[in-house]
Amino acid sequence: MDMKANKKKLGLKEKYAHMTRGLGWETTYQPMDKVFPQATFEGIKIHDWEKWEDPFRLTMDAYWKYQAEKERKLYAVLDAFAQNNGHLGITDARYLNAVKLFLTGISPLEYVAHRGFAAAGRNFPGVGPRVACLMQSIDEIRHAQTQIHALSNYNKFYEGFHAGATHQIERVWYLSVPKSFFDDAFSAGPFEWMIAIGFSFEYVLTNLLFVPFMSGAAYNGDMATVTFGFSAQSDEARHMTLGLECIKFMLEQDPDNLPIVQKWIDKWAWRGIRVLTLVGMMMDYMLPKRVMSWKEAWEIYFEQNGGALFNDLAKYGIKVPECITQCTVDKEHISHQAWATFYQYAHASAFHTWLPNDEEMDWLSAKYPNTFDKYYRPRFTQWREMADRGERFYNNTLPMLCQVCQIPMVFTEPDDPTKICYRESEYQGEKYHTCSDGCQRIFDDEPEKYIQAWLPVHQIFQGNCWPEGTDPTVEGFDPLLKVLEWYHLENGKDNMDYEGSGDQANFAAWRGMATQNT
Amino acid sequence: MQIDLRTVAIKPLRQTFDHLVERFGDKPASRYQEGSYNIQQESIFHYRPAWDADRVLFDKKRTQIRMKDWYALKDPRQFYYGAYTIARARQQEAAESSFDMIEERGLAELLPVELKQLALDILLPMRHVAWGGNMGNAYISAYGYGTVITQPCLYHAMDHLGVAQYLTRIGLVLDGPEALATAKEAWMSGPDWQPMRRHVENLLVLEDWFEIFVAQNLVLEGLLNPMLYDHLDADFSAKGGTAISMMTRFMAEWSTETAKWIDAQIKAAAAESPENRDVLSAWVRQYRAATLEALAPIAGRAFGEHADETLAELRAEFNNRCNKLGLSV
Repeated sequence: MDMKANKKKLGLKEKYAHMTRGLGWETTYQPMDKVFPQATFEGIKIHDWEKWEDPFRLTMDAYWKYQAEKERKLYAVLDAFAQNNGHLGITDARYLNAVKLFLTGISPLEYVAHRGFAAAGRNFPGVGPRVACLMQSIDEIRHAQTQIHALSNYNKFYEGFHAGATHQIERVWYLSVPKSFFDDAFSAGPFEWMIAIGFSFEYVLTNLLFVPFMSGAAYNGDMATVTFGFSAQSDEARHMTLGLECIKFMLEQDPDNLPIVQKWIDKWAWRGIRVLTLVGMMMDYMLPKRVMSWKEAWEIYFEQNGGALFNDLAKYGIKVPECITQCTVDKEHISHQAWATFYQYAHASAFHTWLPNDEEMDWLSAKYPNTFDKYYRPRFTQWREMADRGERFYNNTLPMLCQVCQIPMVFTEPDDPTKICYRESEYQGEKYHTCSDGCQRIFDDEPEKYIQAWLPVHQIFQGNCWPEGTDPTVEGFDPLLKVLEWYHLENGKDNMDYEGSGDQANFAAWRGMATQNT
Repeated sequence: MQIDLRTVAIKPLRQTFDHLVERFGDKPASRYQEGSYNIQQESIFHYRPAWDADRVLFDKKRTQIRMKDWYALKDPRQFYYGAYTIARARQQEAAESSFDMIEERGLAELLPVELKQLALDILLPMRHVAWGGNMGNAYISAYGYGTVITQPCLYHAMDHLGVAQYLTRIGLVLDGPEALATAKEAWMSGPDWQPMRRHVENLLVLEDWFEIFVAQNLVLEGLLNPMLYDHLDADFSAKGGTAISMMTRFMAEWSTETAKWIDAQIKAAAAESPENRDVLSAWVRQYRAATLEALAPIAGRAFGEHADETLAELRAEFNNRCNKLGLSV
């Protein structure tokens, strides 16, 4: 019959168009700019949403089917992991400190990504991008939840997980680094959100963020983490194609979009790279069995792969972000500077720290021939000598934070690794400090935004970081202990050195129970 | 008989995360609880949103409704992502086998012509109504407060997309792409559809997310879904249109299931305070009138001389439902 012949003609692309953009319409009873009030204020000009190329074509029935299949498998593994003491299969309990950083620093970002993509999935006037954003939104809540579920089992046996995925990100000093990144993106408009999260975070930087944690898990026998990592892989691939389509679409729609997009790429590349400091430190210092050095990861995933991407975008007039010059210097330093900072502030961190042992220092020398022996080995060696004398070094002052990335001012000048780098800007008669040219540029472009930053150190000094009802005038008041209480950080259990910790002792005892008969 | 496998038992240090211990005690938490409670940040935010400078990113003040504890609005289905997708995957499998059977056996061709036409006239423009439901629920999921309600609203938004896609498939099975174009034309300019389109567009510009929840999920769906998937469906079945019922089975089940979740939200919010109850009741009265007005010409096409009677019945059932939830409507 005619009708059947008709039906056969419908290609996948056409059918998908009926299933998605065919659903939308130009409103007339309410003006379009009232229905989509966030569509224009950022200055991005879109002339024809129909030109949007769907980065993937997934109808809801197919989505439910594939995702449910992945969920069934994932939870079967997590159940087996819990039932069979899977936590004893990791290389060493010291490894779990990387996982604590992940649960408290990354999982809450997955959640905010879910909310931000829901907003993008409501705010673009084009149906195609809205559907794609909503699929990412629901994927992101999946990631937050599967991560919490996977790591919940570690929480039952180890310290440092009990505050969960959200309490600390609003409060703890170093977690304001990833938090402010996402707050920054979500408080901007939908187009900047797509460049910040969809493109920079999910496309350019994901191999330097998500992948190192998952590879670290695979190398260290962490079945729970690696299982959700593998399970999320196909979602991440979809997210990457969305990020890339989005930037191309913006650039193709109007030449006036180029300078705006370029500015956002510059900003978010630098902002993202600053957050990655925590990942670099994790790769170089926290894994008992290491995957590769931060510098190697940077060279492969940014300099090579990212280089190819920017070559591809050059046809639109996009240039490689300027900050990359500084990154090629920084890649030899930041992980060491960051770990040294956490070592000094181990009493205020929600995970354990330690000094690299001889074998680890030799590995670092080999991976960082230009810098480690010259600048960092002497520092760690001295701290080790002090610890051996019973004078373990703690830094008891609070550091100044960068007004933009919120990392303590611990990074050094690009041309002098012995000199702390800082920049000063003035806005409405007040001085503000940033850690680098990159952060200063971001500050100077939108000072009215960055002066609002909730800087953890300032807030502690202002007395805003104690539990409700705290009276700082009582005899023997210890401000730091009260801050830790407010953080849900159990002093003496969650923090300080790994050596001598409850985690270390329990892991040894439990592994003994599981492998020996005594 | 039972066999008893021995495992190495290690006594855990704790059962779950601090906030769940505070809420429910130190006992093993469900995956719904771990994945939903308190995972939204609460009060400390760095920057005022460019799109809403008077409020913070997640702000309790984006609605008139007030709750002491927003986590009282829990989902009785306990849907976290895994539970949600697995439930929908089962339903879509059933739907798929219905569509397969209809297509393989050519059942659509056997439908009485006037029934087929009725299905095309009524169900196809509804894909745009469903799309409006997607937009409203996406809004709540972005700007609402507390994961126990924002999370199921995203699932509901995705369900609306799924429903719109099933309705699209019905059009493709019963006729072809031209049917979709005809339905879109009716939606844009057909006189029967203009009151409904105006109503749906009016909901797209609401700013109070709980008001959207009431107008869209409780009122519009509370009147529309029973009309389509209960009353009209019964007509189809009675007149030899079982094939159509087979294709709307997903929506019928979905509408019953989601109504229970929606009821739980309204009931909890109304029980919180007389102020909430008054606001909710007023919204219901306002949007009930608007919805019934929008439905009238469509019901006329669907039920002919029985239209008024059907709408009166739907209205009575709906009022009854609202009264049970503690509203005065």
